Amino acid sequence: MNVPPRRHAIEELTDTGLDAKTLSRMLADTWGTRPGLMGALTAVDHKIIGRRYIVTAFMFLCLAGLAAVVMRVQLARPESRVVGPDLYDQLFTMHGTTMMFLFAVPVMEAFAVYLVPLMVGTRNIAFPRLNAFSYYVYLFGGLMIWVAFALNAGADTGWFAYVPLSGPENSPGKRVDLWAQMITFTEVAALAVSVEIIVTVLKLRAPGMTLDRIPLAVWSQLVTAFAVLFAMPAVMIASTMLIMDRLVGTHFFNHAEGGDALLWQHLFWFFGHPEVYIIFLPATGFVSSIVVTFSRRPIFFYVGMVAALVATAFLAFGLWVHHMFATGVPQLGSSLFTASSMLIAIPSGLQIFCWIATLWSGRPVYTTALLFVLGFLINFVAGGVTGVMLASVPLDTQVHDTYFVVAHFHYVLIGGAVFPLLGAVYYWFPKFTGRLLDERLGRWHAATAFVGFNLAFFPMHILGLMGMPRRVYTYQPEMGWGPLNMLSSVGAAIFFVSFVMLLWNVVASLRNGAVAGPNPWDAGTLEWATTSPPAPQNFDRIPVVTHREPLWAERDALPVATGLRVGVREVLVTTATDATPDIRETAPTPSIWPLISAILTAIAFIGSIFTPWAVLWGGVPVGAALIAWFWPKGDPEDY
Amino acid sequence: MRPRAGVACVLPLALAGCQGWQSALDPQGPQARSLADIIWVFTGVAVAVWVLVAVALAAALLRRRAEPPDPLSRAPDRERAMGYAVGGCVALTLVVILALTGYSYATQKELFSTHEGRITILLTGHQFWWDVRYEDPAPSRVFSTANEIHIPVGEPVRIKLEASDVIHSFWVPSLLGKQDLIPGRQNLVRLQADRPGVYRGQCAEFCGWQHAHMSLLVVAHPREEFEAWRDAQLASAAPPSTDEQKEGQRVFLSNPCMTCHTVRGTSAGAVAGPDLTHLASRRMLGAGMLPLTRGNLAAWVVDAPGVKPGVHMPSIKLEPHELHPLLAYLEGLK
Repeated sequence: MNVPPRRHAIEELTDTGLDAKTLSRMLADTWGTRPGLMGALTAVDHKIIGRRYIVTAFMFLCLAGLAAVVMRVQLARPESRVVGPDLYDQLFTMHGTTMMFLFAVPVMEAFAVYLVPLMVGTRNIAFPRLNAFSYYVYLFGGLMIWVAFALNAGADTGWFAYVPLSGPENSPGKRVDLWAQMITFTEVAALAVSVEIIVTVLKLRAPGMTLDRIPLAVWSQLVTAFAVLFAMPAVMIASTMLIMDRLVGTHFFNHAEGGDALLWQHLFWFFGHPEVYIIFLPATGFVSSIVVTFSRRPIFFYVGMVAALVATAFLAFGLWVHHMFATGVPQLGSSLFTASSMLIAIPSGLQIFCWIATLWSGRPVYTTALLFVLGFLINFVAGGVTGVMLASVPLDTQVHDTYFVVAHFHYVLIGGAVFPLLGAVYYWFPKFTGRLLDERLGRWHAATAFVGFNLAFFPMHILGLMGMPRRVYTYQPEMGWGPLNMLSSVGAAIFFVSFVMLLWNVVASLRNGAVAGPNPWDAGTLEWATTSPPAPQNFDRIPVVTHREPLWAERDALPVATGLRVGVREVLVTTATDATPDIRETAPTPSIWPLISAILTAIAFIGSIFTPWAVLWGGVPVGAALIAWFWPKGDPEDY
Repeated sequence: MRPRAGVACVLPLALAGCQGWQSALDPQGPQARSLADIIWVFTGVAVAVWVLVAVALAAALLRRRAEPPDPLSRAPDRERAMGYAVGGCVALTLVVILALTGYSYATQKELFSTHEGRITILLTGHQFWWDVRYEDPAPSRVFSTANEIHIPVGEPVRIKLEASDVIHSFWVPSLLGKQDLIPGRQNLVRLQADRPGVYRGQCAEFCGWQHAHMSLLVVAHPREEFEAWRDAQLASAAPPSTDEQKEGQRVFLSNPCMTCHTVRGTSAGAVAGPDLTHLASRRMLGAGMLPLTRGNLAAWVVDAPGVKPGVHMPSIKLEPHELHPLLAYLEGLK
């Protein structure tokens, strides 16, 4: 029998008897990330990883936005020759792929990685090394596809890469393989983050944060994480089957050998539709946080809001065929998908009504964050009602794959997710950096974004009904689509300028912004109970939650739980439903192995684009790195 | 036509000239008409819902208020009243979407219930053109043309949809909604036009580089005119009448042209490219890309990839003394 090694006295010291200053200093020492390069490469602090995630996702937003600008220049006039069909196809593929896989989903996860541990009152995310690993895998996948684009090997079959166009016969070369492998990278990262979020929310909540006291923003991330777990495997399987068709001569999608081209569409959209809600649900969490804080009242009908999140996530898995109404699926079956698609209006509608009711009965404070949320309400409802139109099988046969659909999903994704995200940037920037963004410039930013967005995308509804298909690199002058396209391009330019204003605001405010203090908005949730930016340990003492808006209920000082050790990284594990303290558990320390494992994984993934044997010989170093990562360290918990 | 449809269509129609328009809001057949109806009804409901939400939001923000400063003190009466209001809105939403679902289903049944028709066409999508084959129980009455579908006015025509390479989608907005052409599958649609005219359609599923230039024309004729057109198409190619055309035919048959194209009545019988037997009777070249003129034809023959990058037709190296007879020959294929 092994005897646990003797501990140093400092390791046994708990926070019970220490004064505030000493405690804060010692915890910062224990939980801190070392300075210097090695510290940066071994970091596992969720705030550091979350910050990197957010910055990286915004870099990809910038790249994909530039791709969109080039497309809008090309389409501004008929038969324009700014870019040819080859580059145009790569541009719209990179735009869609980047926005969906490298920006929208990761940026929502990034906010979750940063905020969820703070909002539930714990010291780090669950599985922090996995978190670091997921970030590196995501970064490498994104870099790979953009380097490929720079080398004229950008994917060119659209973000949904329909077979047989993306199959071995119609897309020779490596473009599609790079695309398919990028899916693998990002999905591995997304699955890892989901597991971390689920465990963090279910097991690391502050004592007293029962299920009905979890902030809606955290609920939305929890529901999203479950949706990711069920949706992402479908696309990973599909992209793997595609790579196998292309590299090892399988025939999953080859009808001549008994495969089926529609199988791809079913697998892709079984992921692809929930994907939209994976992006949208976290955004509703941002909206709820901002509406509550700036209405100065708790959310109206909390239980209904949670139920709406869960219902949306469930329904999201029953809608995928509405992307395939023109493929000749059986009529009765497709009409059932009409009904299920329209049904999603119920939970979405309920959320909208509750937000309006909350604003109605509160005292609105018109900050930039709230302005973006108001823009969200206006734009998202417009995208929602066109979604109801698209749910109808006969109506869809006229507008499917036209600019009407392009308008619709930009209203849903930009109106429904990016506007809340921009609100969230203004809302949480002081927490991330300690400084407020400039509100005056923020108002101009919000107004410019609203005008530019609507000018860019509203005309597309009409263009679609006038017969303009999507994914065309040009059109003939006699089609009469020129004026509206020009209008749309002008709008796109204005919308682009609004992002430059954001960048300017961020850069200027980082240097000269007003110092925020812990709770600049007088908000009610736990992330505002700590310093801005938070210390490495997040909270000196773990708060005890007595109310859904703890900082509003406990104006003087939050009750706290004590008894955690200060010399080692230790978190408080609570029960899943009642959040009663359960056990103390040590948390992982910084490690270089996540980075090394991610590099080796990237080598194996990229190698398998060129030879299937890379999976085999690339797996060996990955396995060795993982063994090193998980090698027992002699802690008592290892026994 | 409803006033708004008029506004949306008049300008493009004017620009389009005699081209036949391509707009879901300018229905010219029974299916497109029911589709336009459903579009307008749904749009009306959508606008109404949006306006109501916007008004509610504005009212919520602008109403005069005297709320207590403590964010946690609530008036139970008003909370209850808001509960009824939200519940009522959700119930109303449910009623609206049930009604829309029912209407949608009824339209769907009407549109897709039957596929009967006296004429059957097999439409095959290729990168980046349409093969149009008129089927008939008598093999001698089967013929192919490309990128132009001629139909008699006022009667339904069955169209079978197939694809040879990648997925395409058949869509003529003024006549019918889209349906995909999928390799390994066959879909069926019914096409019907009310009035004689030319209606433009365009591939609606991304199919590669020239997805943007994969259009077709539907030409609706009175019945007798259609029969005359069909008889003309059934005939073999007109034999070359002038010396120049004879020389052109020789050029055609001794160059790569015949490895891809068919000209019925000659030894050219390949099916990789469009059937050229009655090329000169068609309006457009390159699947709706260019009007069929001698100049365009010359550019196309000599450098199709330059005109339409990504097209599968290669550049053909021809001397001027070969090109001009070839053009004369092709122009004679009425």
